[in-house]
Formats: sequence, C-alpha cells, structure tokens
Amino acid sequence: MGDLRIIVALFLIGGGLFWLLVRAIRGKEVDRRLIFVFILVSVAAPILFTITFEMKPTLVVQALYDKIENLPAGSKILLAFDFDPPMAPEVQPMADVVTRHVLAKKHKAIFMTLWATGQAQFNITLEEVIRKDFPDAQDGVDYVDLGYKAGNEGVLNVIRTDFKKMFPTDVNTVPWDSLPILKGIRSCSDFDLIISVGGGKPGVKEWVLFVGDPTRVPTAGGVTAVVAPMLYPYYPGQMCGLLGGIKGAAEYENYFRDNHPQYAGMDTPAMVMMGPQTVAHVVILAFIVIGNVLFFVTRRKEVKR
Amino acid sequence: MRREIPLGITIFVGFLAIVSFFSPPLEGLGEDFTLFFDIIAVFAFFLGGGNLVRIHADKLIKRKTDWIYSIVTLVGFFGMLTAGLFKIGNPGDISTSVTAPGSLFSVVYYNFSLPLGSTMYALLAFYVASASYRAFRAKNREATVLLVAAFIILLGSTPFGTMLTSWIPHSFDILQIPNLAVWILSSPNLAGQRAIMIGIGLGVVSMSLRLILGIERTYLGDDRG
Amino acid sequence: MAGINQIVGLRRSTPGAAPHGSFLTGRILIILFIASCSLFITAGAQEPVSGDSLSIVPSVAPVTSLIAENYKYDDGENLVLTWVPSIDDRPGNDNVIGYQVYRITNGGKPVVVAELLPGANSFQAKNLLVDSSYQFYVVTLSGKTSSESARTAITRTEREWINWNLWNLMLITLVIGGAILVYIETAKRGKKLFVRKIAGLEAIDDAIGRATEMGRPILYIPGIQDMDDVQTLAALTILGRVAEQVARYDIKIRMPVSRSLVMTAARETIKASYQAAGRPDAYSEDMVSYITDEQFGYVAAVSGIMVREKPATVFLLGTFLAESLILAETGNSIGAIQIAGTARPAQLPFFVAACDFTLIGEELFAASAYLSGEPRALGSLKGQDIGKAIAMVAIVLGMATVTLYSLTEVSFFKTAADWLQALFTITSD
Repeated sequence: MGDLRIIVALFLIGGGLFWLLVRAIRGKEVDRRLIFVFILVSVAAPILFTITFEMKPTLVVQALYDKIENLPAGSKILLAFDFDPPMAPEVQPMADVVTRHVLAKKHKAIFMTLWATGQAQFNITLEEVIRKDFPDAQDGVDYVDLGYKAGNEGVLNVIRTDFKKMFPTDVNTVPWDSLPILKGIRSCSDFDLIISVGGGKPGVKEWVLFVGDPTRVPTAGGVTAVVAPMLYPYYPGQMCGLLGGIKGAAEYENYFRDNHPQYAGMDTPAMVMMGPQTVAHVVILAFIVIGNVLFFVTRRKEVKR
Repeated sequence: MRREIPLGITIFVGFLAIVSFFSPPLEGLGEDFTLFFDIIAVFAFFLGGGNLVRIHADKLIKRKTDWIYSIVTLVGFFGMLTAGLFKIGNPGDISTSVTAPGSLFSVVYYNFSLPLGSTMYALLAFYVASASYRAFRAKNREATVLLVAAFIILLGSTPFGTMLTSWIPHSFDILQIPNLAVWILSSPNLAGQRAIMIGIGLGVVSMSLRLILGIERTYLGDDRG
Repeated sequence: MAGINQIVGLRRSTPGAAPHGSFLTGRILIILFIASCSLFITAGAQEPVSGDSLSIVPSVAPVTSLIAENYKYDDGENLVLTWVPSIDDRPGNDNVIGYQVYRITNGGKPVVVAELLPGANSFQAKNLLVDSSYQFYVVTLSGKTSSESARTAITRTEREWINWNLWNLMLITLVIGGAILVYIETAKRGKKLFVRKIAGLEAIDDAIGRATEMGRPILYIPGIQDMDDVQTLAALTILGRVAEQVARYDIKIRMPVSRSLVMTAARETIKASYQAAGRPDAYSEDMVSYITDEQFGYVAAVSGIMVREKPATVFLLGTFLAESLILAETGNSIGAIQIAGTARPAQLPFFVAACDFTLIGEELFAASAYLSGEPRALGSLKGQDIGKAIAMVAIVLGMATVTLYSLTEVSFFKTAADWLQALFTITSD
C-alpha cells in the first residue's frame, strides 16, 4: 500500500510536470502558484510516504568512513559537537551516525564541545544512539563526555599541548585520573582521529588550523552544506574526510547501514530528509527546463513575427 | 554644533579604533566602544518600542485599515513584556532567568515565535523554485553558463547525479556530476566569492575613511556631503 | 656530617682535655686519640641507617639557562621564560614528572604560578604589572626529590606602544589609506576622475519616476543590522539622495526598519533631505517605523506591507541574511521594480536572480559617491582601485612563484612565495 502511494505521488508529480511542459511548448506561462503547489507536493510526499533513495558515498565521505573502519579497535577518537539547534537538522544526523560507527568498531569515544549549546546536542546523541544501541557501553570506559569549555580558539591552543589542564574533570565532575578511557592522553597528539561536527565558528576550520595541522593528527569534519565548499580545499592535505550537509550525512548513513547489517533497523533521519530534497531538486530542475523551453518558444515566435 | 559634535565624536572614535588595533595599551578600547554601542542600542529600544505602540494604538483607536491586526500586535507586545518582566510562571522567584523552563515567556517563545519563524524560513523552499524558474534562462552566453552550473550543482545534490554518471571511468571521475559539483563550488565559485570579498573589504575601507573624515555626512541628517 | 659527629661524639675525647702529669697518662691519651680517629673513619664507612637524613636518594638535575625576557608586543603584562629542560627529562626516562614555575614579585615570597608537564621549555607569565620587578625560578619535580634552578635576573616588563608584529598590516593600511587620501586631495583640486557606469545606480531616477507615474509609494529597506554595520550606513547615505528625489516628486516613501537606532538616524536623514528639497512641510515621522528586531518577524511584516500597499519601487540595500530571497520574491510578485545591494556574497545570487538591478559588494559603498558626484568622495573610489591593483599584482605574483617552484624546485621561488604569504598573513603574537 505504501509503495502504491509512492507510485501515485511520483506519477502525479511527473504527470503534472509533463503537462506543464506541453503548455510551455504551446507558449503558455506557468503561474507561480502552480510552482508552489508542486513544491508542496514534492516535499510533503516523501515525508508522508517515506520515500528514500539509495546513496553511494562520494570520495570525501568514503574517506572518513574508511578511516574509522580501518583504525584498530580501541583507538581513541575525539568528537567535538560544535553546533546549535538551528544547525541540528543538518548536522545532528552526521553526529549520530559517526558516533554509532565509532562505538560499533569498539573505539574509545571522547566527546567535548566548544559551543554552549553543544552539550544539549550531545545529550540527544547520548539518549538516541549510545544508550539505545550500546547499552553495555560504560561511561568513563568506552566513552566519556568532557562537556563544554568557553574560550573558542583559546581552548584549542591549550588542549593541543595539555588536555587535562582544560578538562580536569568530565561533565559529571569525575576527575581526569579516575577515567580509564583517558589513560595515556596528555594532549591532542595522543588521539588517533579528531572529528568536529558543526558549521559555524569555532568549527571544523579552527580544529584544522589550531589542532589538526600542527599536531598532524588525522582530522575530519561534518558541516552544513553552505560551509562545505570552503572546506573542500583542505581535503586531503589537512583533512582526512568531510561530510557536507544532509547529502553527506545520508551517504554515510546508507553506507554504514549496508556494511553493518546489525544496524539495519537504525534511524536514518538524513536519508529520510534526502527524500524531499531529492524530489524537490528534481522538480526545480524540471521547472528550469520548462522555463527555458518556454523562453525559446516565445523567442522563436517573436522572431517569426 | 548639532552636526559638529557628532562629527567630532566620529572622527575621534574612528581614528582611535584604528590606532588601538596596532597599539597594545589601547587594545581594550575597541571592545569598550563596542560595549558602549550595545548599551546605547538597548536604550534606543525604548524609542522603537514606543513608536511601535504609538502607531498601532493610533490605528486601533482611529479604526484604520486592518486595525484588528494591531490588536494582535499590541497584545503580543505587552503580553511578552509582562511575562518577561514579572517572570510569570517561572519556577522560583523573580530573580530566575527569564527563559527558565516552564516560564510563560519560554512557553510562548518555543510554541509560537520559533514555529512562526520556521514557517517564514520554510517559504524559502517555494521562493527558490519560483526564482529558479524565472531566472535560469539561456538568454545569453553568461546566462547559459549560469544555467549549466546550476543544473550540475542541483543534480549533484541528488542521488540521480551519481546514477547518471557512475559509468564514467575513475581516471575521468572529475566529470562525474557530484565531483563536478564539488569542483564548481570549491574552484570557480570560491574564486569569485573571494574576489568579491576583496572588493568589499576595500569598499569598506574607503567608506569608513569617508565617514571618519566627515566627507560622508548624510546619515547624520546633513545632506551637504 | 652532623650525624657522623653524633656517632663519633660518643667516642670522642673530652674536648679541651690535656695530658697533665705522667708520661703514661700521655701515652694512654694518644692511644685513645688514635683509636677514636680510627673509629671515626670506620663510622664514616658504615651503611647509613634507613630513615634518617643520611639516606642517599638519586637527585634530579635542574633546568638550566633559565632566562626571563620581555614579551613582545604587549601592554607590559607579560614576560616570557625559556629554559633548557632537565637532562633527566628525556624520552623513556620517567624520572621527571613535571616542573613548577615560581615567581618573586618585588623581592617578596616565592609563589607558584605554573605547573607544567615534562618536556616544557617555556612559559608566558601573564597579568604582571609594569611598575613591579620580578624574578623567576623553575623547580624540577621527580618522584621524591626536586631541584631548583638558578634564579633569573630581576626583570621588569616593558610596555610597547606599537605592535610591530603587525608591520605588514600597517604597511598595507598606510598604502591603501594613503592612496585614498591622495586621490581625495587630487579630486579636491579639480582633477576629473573617471568612474564606470553602475547600472543599478543609473536606474534609481527611472525607478523613482516610475513610482511618480503610478502614484504608488517607494519602499526602502536598509537591511536588518544596526548602525554599527557599515552596510547600514551605506544604505542611509543612499537614502539621503533617494529621499531628496522623492521629496521633489512629491511621492510617498515608506521605510520599515528592524533597529531603533536606524529608525532615529533614518528620520534625521529623510528630514534633512526634505529640507534640502524645499519641502519640509511634507516630511512626516511616520515615514520611518520600527517593526521588530526579530529577523523573520520583520520579514513577515515587510512582506505584508509589500502585498498590501503594492509599492512601485523597492530598494533592498544593506545587510540581509536568509530573508533576502523572501523579500526579493515578494517584491517581484507585486510587479515592483527592485534595486538591491548587499556586501554579503552569500545573498548576492538571490538578489541577482530576483531583482531588476543589483549593487554587488563594493558598488553599494560606492553608491553615495557616485550619486552625489562629490569630488572628494569620487577620489576615495580611485584610491580604492589602488588597493585592488595591489591585490591583483600580489595574486599573480603568488600564483607565479608557487607554480614555478612546483615546476622547477628552485628555492628562490619558494622563498619568494613564503615572503608573499608572510606579507599578507596577520600574526599578532
């Protein structure tokens, strides 16, 4: 029944676009209200009927996946949740899936944030991913939340050489020395991978400039789609992977789910959001084509006249 | 004097702000001036708020066109002001944070203001479609280049872009639509953006110097530039 | 030595005792003296008793070459300490567990100011006072022992009035600022300066004329930022020119704003323009009204104004964020002629797509000079072009040196590229 509704929805959209194309060939302009209706249907239908698409990872996404996948079990990975609620729809899915991947591979996950709102965002991951999918994971042993520290780049400057100085305890005030997961960590150089998720300042760029590049620790990022183009130049020199926007998150979710069948039932919010994005983009492309057809038809008529 | 004093303040503060950037003992001044501005802006809020109330009260009293919506404005304005000032519904006493969970202020903010803001933001999806339909037409060479670039980037943001060009061999993978989209965004687009930003930076320098030197005085209400 | 003396003391001859009397007594005393000496020597060779200060514990070497120098460039609040770490502090040797830095202020008591990890060889002492004297020493910590370094010489901080680390930025500022000032002077002397046509600004008169013919108002949106944003100031300077035209043609201007200070400044600007046009009676404060600081609340209100009042011309000049397309599309839907301008590159594509004319970046800042034709203002535009020329030359040179180095690997090109990069890199430390 669900498939039938999807087919009907796509048929309606496709048929409607074809009808508009025929009208354009006849030289009839498209009322903008019709455009709005099509956008409404193209965004609503994938959400209501959960239309998702299979996504192959691009090079930068694959690179991050391979990095986490190939690290030896027990590797120490620093994850920075540097974002706020407005950015969360785009980057929370990537934060969740990367966390899931890290813990699934039995790596040690150390969480922190440079944003005051980041702690609340981590709590979402803690509830939705760590406690749900990894109930046996122990706080302080398999993962730890060091919390928020004010100071932006100043914090990065300190933890580059002395991590404990900036975070003497975790977010639950357990002393650094009492946390087994932090044994052997003095500075950022002692991590095997650093992943920053966010899209503002301080964000991935600051992590690369102040920590990743000076310490030569592999650094990766997950950012909003608007910010991603600014960071592509850093790959592969200073960054070992990059997730850009919902598409990047969806590619990662798809690839992770395909390669870790035990998580086949996991939530894939990015893939769900790619449904309306994909259909809406295709509809916009169709309207661009229709607009150009109309333009050339009209121009030809004027030339003939 | 009405123009000379503000102009004098502008010149003095402007040059001091420039010098403070290069002089360690004066470094804190820049931050202080920003703070002064923030304080003045907060006081100016009384002017704005008062103006808003006056206009809508006038509309309401004189039953001008759409006066009913003025009721909504005034009720919203005074309602939130009261809820915030007197911390209605806040757990604890009047000294608690205005946005404490459970307060009337935060309830109205999270249940009315944020969803309304998100609704306005969502309008962009519709307007992007109508603007694209109207703007991306191959009227001339440049418009055609823009059209092709937009096409590639839009398609590259969907799985169809990968599907359509996945057959391209690895040695030519730059021609695969997603990779091409990334290249367009990170090379010519970024280069153009940076060029515009250089121009903007220089424009800001020029404009700021004109303002500091008093060549530009229109914003003071002095039309003799 | 004191311990040894304690043991020996039990057996030492009574001090001051001198042999009196018989020869036998003297001999006994000599024998006793020799015996006590041998016991003294034997005692010195005994194993030390555990728990007393005779224990020999391996000591740790102190840091060496400790120097305190003035930190450049600051307000006299910092000193930099450097030292050579302890020779016991080396990879694989866990003898050194850290360092403690002590500070003595004005000859007072030493105070610990830092605890550092092994390997540390420098420290920046902060929050010092210009009129105080300081001395430092570093204590090397081992498990059970510690060792103190020699103290630094008494040092005072120095206040530098100019941060010479920013010499490159100073140079660029002087060159570009100087060029602008020179061209302003040149223009004042009557030299005619060429400025290319800017379509958006040429269209302002036509746009205002259109509003006059249609009998509909003009809507002016100065962006959503406050008076501390230079784009808002640019928008207000253009407003002055536009308002003067509006006053002459006797049409209405409507200006909803999102900041109270902008409302106040805009009212002054429009009032002065109306006075300059000889129409002070036609001015009304209600031409400018405050809506709200909230971004999308403001956009909703302005969209409503556009749809209800259907202005013939819409000016969108200043800083805009996500709402740029909403405003531009709404204006387009009512058939208004739209002139937009912003210095936010991310919003420019939306304005270009939806508006009739767009002022791109610096054109917004050039607008007031362009419209007034005032020689000094036009001169500043020319000076700006010098800055652009410098940027272009630097880009070409940078590209050439990096490319040539990657092709030829001649070190001269690398040096040149690094120098160019350093010239345009800001380091305040």
